[in-house]
Amino acid sequence: MSDVKKFLYVNRKAPYGTIYALESLEVVLIGAAFDQDVSLAFLDDGVFQLTRGQETDEIGVKNFSPTFRALGDYDVTKLYVERESLEERGLTEDDLQEITYEDEDDDWAEKPSIRVVSRAEMTDIMAQQDVILSF
Amino acid sequence: MSTLHTVNKSPFTNRSLESCLNHCKDGDAVLMIEDGVYGGLAGTALAEMVAARAGAVKLYVLAPDAHARGLGEDRLLDGVSPVGYDGFVDLVTTHDRTQAWL
Amino acid sequence: MEYHVNGKTIPADEEGYITNLADWDKDVALEIAKSEGIEMDDERWEVVNFLRDYYDEYQIAPAVRVLIKAIKKSMGPEKGNNKYLYELFPYGPAKQACKIAGLPKPTGCV
Repeated sequence: MSDVKKFLYVNRKAPYGTIYALESLEVVLIGAAFDQDVSLAFLDDGVFQLTRGQETDEIGVKNFSPTFRALGDYDVTKLYVERESLEERGLTEDDLQEITYEDEDDDWAEKPSIRVVSRAEMTDIMAQQDVILSF
Repeated sequence: MSTLHTVNKSPFTNRSLESCLNHCKDGDAVLMIEDGVYGGLAGTALAEMVAARAGAVKLYVLAPDAHARGLGEDRLLDGVSPVGYDGFVDLVTTHDRTQAWL
Repeated sequence: MEYHVNGKTIPADEEGYITNLADWDKDVALEIAKSEGIEMDDERWEVVNFLRDYYDEYQIAPAVRVLIKAIKKSMGPEKGNNKYLYELFPYGPAKQACKIAGLPKPTGCV
């Protein structure tokens, strides 16, 4: 298919304090129907969206962090997380939940969707896109 | 006479927490709520700035907001105490005024 | 709109999706199915229960193609296909089965 475009969803906001993170995830799920080459970028406070152990019962808000684990079913398999943003926030990759997808071209082997990249690599990823959607 | 300050924005997104800490008097309390709870995290690029005021200023995070974001008490800076909604109310009643840093 | 089940009133939106997930039980499912003109049998319960498990794990109701792919993987190709699922739920396996399962309308279902 020649009309496949590279879409990057850029996530820079923490979850729950504002509606951006949830809205972004919903747009990704809806947009996944269009069979494009989709990647997600998490930088600045956006890295907080992927942390383990989120428990929202006490604030009366839906915990949408498990939904990131469904992205593989929607063929969204590239979640780029910026290392510098993690470090500034005292986080490491171990603080993020495990998100995997099953690779159809490799006998459905389970592979990690999260790829921690440097700020320089993130810059390159952004520069390679056809469309960038910011949240 | 003391003031309860609340901060509800991530310290990595704007400078509300920094400005708050620069404007509060010894004996005041700072309660971090909503996305403000990230200001109570240990090991961050801003931890030193926050820790520098601990002691002189009492620092709190609202526990339900911390839990929602996956921040357990083990992740908090020394000198930052979690409080529940009832603790929030107590802080409001035991200070002369409340100032919100939005 | 609303459903009436065992003396209780279960609120729903104008399309018939129940408002509170916690209101759901098997009797509510049967009542929703009745209003959809669907008679529940083992095959239909299998899909409804699959959707509820999916929601439990991921907090979303899957889009049709995701549902089909997931059913194909867990129950095999003879069930994980369009024809089989549309025969069970003629107005759309995702929309109609989600409604009976007490879930919100699938994300990405326009």
